[in-house]
Amino acid sequence: MQPLHSIASPALWVAVLFVALLFGMPQLAPAFELSFPGVTPAVFERSSFFALWLSHAGLVLVAGGAATILGIALAVFVTRPIGHDFRALVSTLAAVGQTFPPAAVLALAVPALGFGPRPTIVALFIYGLLPIIENAIAGLEGVPAATREAARGMGLSAWQMLRDVDLPLAAPVILAGVRVSVTIAIGTATIGSTVGALTLGTPIFDGLAGNKLPFVIQGAVLVALFAILTDMLFARLEHWLQAPAAQPLV
Amino acid sequence: MIELDHVRKQYDGKAVVEDLSLTVPDGAFCVLLGPSGCGKSTTLRMINRLVPFDGGAIRIAGEDVRAVPPEALRRRIGYAIQSIGLFPHWHVEDNIATVPRLLNWPRARIRDRVTELLELLRLDPESYRHKYPHQLSGGEQQRIGVARALAADPELLLMDEPFGAVDPITRDALQSEIARIHAATKKTIVFVTHDIEEALRLATVIAILERGRLAQWGTPLDILEQPASGFVRDFVGGDGSGLKLLGLRKIAERMRPGETAAGEPLSAEASLRDALAAMTERHTDRVPVADTGGNPIGIITLADLVR
Repeated sequence: MQPLHSIASPALWVAVLFVALLFGMPQLAPAFELSFPGVTPAVFERSSFFALWLSHAGLVLVAGGAATILGIALAVFVTRPIGHDFRALVSTLAAVGQTFPPAAVLALAVPALGFGPRPTIVALFIYGLLPIIENAIAGLEGVPAATREAARGMGLSAWQMLRDVDLPLAAPVILAGVRVSVTIAIGTATIGSTVGALTLGTPIFDGLAGNKLPFVIQGAVLVALFAILTDMLFARLEHWLQAPAAQPLV
Repeated sequence: MIELDHVRKQYDGKAVVEDLSLTVPDGAFCVLLGPSGCGKSTTLRMINRLVPFDGGAIRIAGEDVRAVPPEALRRRIGYAIQSIGLFPHWHVEDNIATVPRLLNWPRARIRDRVTELLELLRLDPESYRHKYPHQLSGGEQQRIGVARALAADPELLLMDEPFGAVDPITRDALQSEIARIHAATKKTIVFVTHDIEEALRLATVIAILERGRLAQWGTPLDILEQPASGFVRDFVGGDGSGLKLLGLRKIAERMRPGETAAGEPLSAEASLRDALAAMTERHTDRVPVADTGGNPIGIITLADLVR
């Protein structure tokens, strides 16, 4: 396994590039001025990119964290005997949640929650629930029947079965769902700027409104790098979780 | 002692075990034998309450299994299954230590117990302790499965076709192991199989089940010599019943002491079937017999086999 700090790690280079642009964007002002004459200022400066990123990451963290906790809890519930009857219902609700465009959720949530970060969190939460629930159910149902049978036969209680067998064996699949959900949420969070949340989408929408293309580029590049970097870190985490345990039995 | 007392079990109104009564004495190797669907696995799983039963009672050492919480009951009973079900995310030591850990044994005691069990199953403790299940062969995995079932020194061992999924050579080795372990530990074992040869080889007592009912209960010899019904005769006999009988008797029972013959001697502890095989191979009707020390003590002839 490759350690994270390895010089050959692509994640490291993406991280370096991302941090450099996050703090060094104002230093690129001459280049933007040269490429887009007539746009002043050439670099978004209503707020620092670091502050935008911090708020953006905070929104994703709160919404993603809540979706992860609720998603796994629901998946655990519907894969126990007691919740089995709710399995179809939960899957359907999660799927409906994802068919709702986040922009529509925002529009509906603003009257209730007002402008600011809260409608964005709600939209990201609803949108992000499906991959987490679906993967968590698939992961929990994919635990080998023989392993569960043996565990039960040896006297593991229902709680011990969940803690020691089901969750550890389902972990890589559950994590893959969280990875998809969070990566999508990082991109989707940008539209929160239309209802007053501070995100890396703010320069994008400012640039679109004021016809300032450099702002759009600056916001978009940072969001993309942030999403790619997060995805890579999740890949590391998955790799680490899978070694050496989840190999198939011979 | 395990007593099944008029036990009944239905699935969807269809009886799978009907009015089953039997008593397995302490230290017995009891094989539940029968064709698929005869209720033998269900019966086994009712003993540790993996399957609830509808009527009757099951008692272990006089205690009703329903008087104990199921988890506590199962921790007192070893359990090994055909699909093994090792925990893929735990190494061998943790797999074996499953029940001791549930029982909160101290760490040092668990370590010593794992060493002891790996040695009992003839696996080198230091090289196997930290392997993961996927690094083991099928036969090694089943050895670990058996070690795990024995870990907390249970009074009773339940085994559901444990050697059904391994190749014939490995199965033969595992059968020898479990016979040796049974002889050494004197644990009561209830063992499910549909393989008559396996049953005859391992059992001290056999229960033959036919559609959820007890068709016959007896020693392997009883069952071969006095089948209680056409079903039992067909099931155990087939076309090789005579050979199976020879397999159950030792040369010592039929040999002629004092006489001598040429050739490599057979052990008096070997079966009559081995004697027949030796005669066939050697194109002779008499072979010498030796005691366990290798000293010649007599001969056995073809006529002695059919006496």
